[in-house]
Amino acid sequence: MSLLAVHDLSVARGGLRAVEGVGFALNAGQALILRGPNGIGKTTLLRTIAGLQAPVCGTIKMPDDAVAYAAHSDGLKSSLTARENLTFWARVFGGGGIDTALAAMDLAALADRPAGALSAGQKRRLGLARLIVSGRPLWVLDEPTVSLDAASVARFADVVGGHLGQGGAALMATHIDLGLPDAQVLDLTPFRARGGPTARPHGFNEAFA
Amino acid sequence: MIALLLRDLRLATRAGGGFGLGVAFFLILCALVPFGIGPDRAALAPVAPGILWVGALLSCLLSLDRIFALDHEDGSLDLLATSPMPLEGTVAVKALAHWITTGLPLILAAPVFGILLQLPVHAMPMLVLSLLIGTPALSMLGAFGAAVTVGLRRGGLLLSLLVLPLYIPTLIFGAEITRRGAAGMDVATPLVFLAGVTLAVLALIPFAAAAALRVNLR
Amino acid sequence: MSIWEYANPAKFMRTTDKVLPWLVVSATICVLGGIVWGFLTPDDYRQGSTVKIMFLHVPAALMAINIWVMMLVTSLVWIIRRHHVSALAAKAAAPIGAVMTLIALITGAIWGQPMWGTWWEWDPRLTSFLILFLFYVGYIALWSAIEDPDSAADLTGVVCLVGSVFALLSRYAVLFWNQGLHQGASLSVQSGERMSAVYRYPLYLSMIGFALLFLALVVIRTRTEIRKRRLAALQAQEARA
Repeated sequence: MSLLAVHDLSVARGGLRAVEGVGFALNAGQALILRGPNGIGKTTLLRTIAGLQAPVCGTIKMPDDAVAYAAHSDGLKSSLTARENLTFWARVFGGGGIDTALAAMDLAALADRPAGALSAGQKRRLGLARLIVSGRPLWVLDEPTVSLDAASVARFADVVGGHLGQGGAALMATHIDLGLPDAQVLDLTPFRARGGPTARPHGFNEAFA
Repeated sequence: MIALLLRDLRLATRAGGGFGLGVAFFLILCALVPFGIGPDRAALAPVAPGILWVGALLSCLLSLDRIFALDHEDGSLDLLATSPMPLEGTVAVKALAHWITTGLPLILAAPVFGILLQLPVHAMPMLVLSLLIGTPALSMLGAFGAAVTVGLRRGGLLLSLLVLPLYIPTLIFGAEITRRGAAGMDVATPLVFLAGVTLAVLALIPFAAAAALRVNLR
Repeated sequence: MSIWEYANPAKFMRTTDKVLPWLVVSATICVLGGIVWGFLTPDDYRQGSTVKIMFLHVPAALMAINIWVMMLVTSLVWIIRRHHVSALAAKAAAPIGAVMTLIALITGAIWGQPMWGTWWEWDPRLTSFLILFLFYVGYIALWSAIEDPDSAADLTGVVCLVGSVFALLSRYAVLFWNQGLHQGASLSVQSGERMSAVYRYPLYLSMIGFALLFLALVVIRTRTEIRKRRLAALQAQEARA
């Protein structure tokens, strides 16, 4: 079952095209890892796929309400406990399984602590536990392993593996090898948008170039 | 949607939520006015409706930037935008939460502050009624202003600059109802206008605010 | 040949380059002509020589409202058809509109002092113009506060839309609030001729002059905005190459 099909996608950041002509597909059970140097537009690409901004051109096909997005900030409220935070997101996304998620990310002992009292790595784990309770098949992750220690990275890799095993899919930008057995890797460097005279039409156009 | 409402209310009432600050500000304002105008009953009573309404307006303004800014900082707004809930609904719920935590306490406290400002007792029902009808529009327009300025570093001042002119019709009709109530006149006309403004705002502004949020999330 | 072709910045620059000198010259002639001619008119039997400020006050007030309407239209064009020149024209027009509103307010105060015996009266018309000025200030402040030009165009467009509705609403709310002592419209098609030809023709000339002046200024400012945008785009490309 296809969860995501991206065709000839171009995205822009700050009015300039970042990457163009990107195409890939993700089926249930597959994972794709985006690589590329800083500033090439990995975050912009992921935000576009998550539906937070419009593509410049190209198509993104996926089932309705499929994406669970996780970026640099975890969307946690420091005055709510870990469990309250998770319960809230589960209700918003119509998912469930809070206890399973807490156990999966090794947070059961911290469930009743305010999120503000957690360490950076613990907050990150709570942010990733949110993916599980969202109940959505396609995980779009932007640098998910930031501030995680080695043991937590391994635990997170297990969780992603389990998600893929249950028919989910994951698209992530990361530089760490998660050790997922059959994850594909896509290097964005060849898709870098070409500036320069070739891409510039005669005179100047609506993009002022 | 109910989950979001409950979360916002819970956040407002927990430590650091700023619940009740608006009412405290309202109290200080009403306490300061007699120092500026003088303690004379005959001087205070005529301006009381206006002062109470302007005070309610400013107290409401005080907490507007919190509507979206905090959720934007910690990434919740991104996640809410990708959730099954339409962004228009998010705006409406956020405005409702703001009204419950700011507008409702103001309405309850207003008669007490009215006494401080020598507003005649028979005008109190009209004061409460006008605030009850008018303050939802204040919260919703504030949510629009907050949505427009959410990504800006110095959004607070700009927010006031954008929102306060939008408050003019509500202020005019609301204060007029209270003034007529104090004078024992018929209030039907301004009441209908005030309700009309509020209903139109509640019906249309969520769409404008959601459009602004989408632009700011890009 | 469609009007939308002028939405291409290059086409806009080429066309305005040819039109602009004529526009500037005719605007200068009409504004100076209207005001000087107006100044040479005889004193009004009731208002005396104060009537002469009308040739500045009325056209400025007219433009203050019309410029906001123009901004509303160009904002809508931007939101619906995404033509950058349209958004930049709205941005360019706002400060001109704010100045026109200010001129109308100040000349109104100067005119009102001998007529009503006070510099400021909370009269519905004056109040409405003050509110309009507040809307202009908020709009300009929003443009200058947002860094990304497309987001700025989108957000100011939405604010212009909502602001237009509320400016109109405030106008009627203010009428309800205070009936006022401002004199009625000086020129009105429906009510027939209310003003003698001696005043009418210089006023017409002045109005045309102000409209041309606005056109000239908005074209100059839009050209500047287009060049700024082009410069930023070229610099960004340079930085990446």
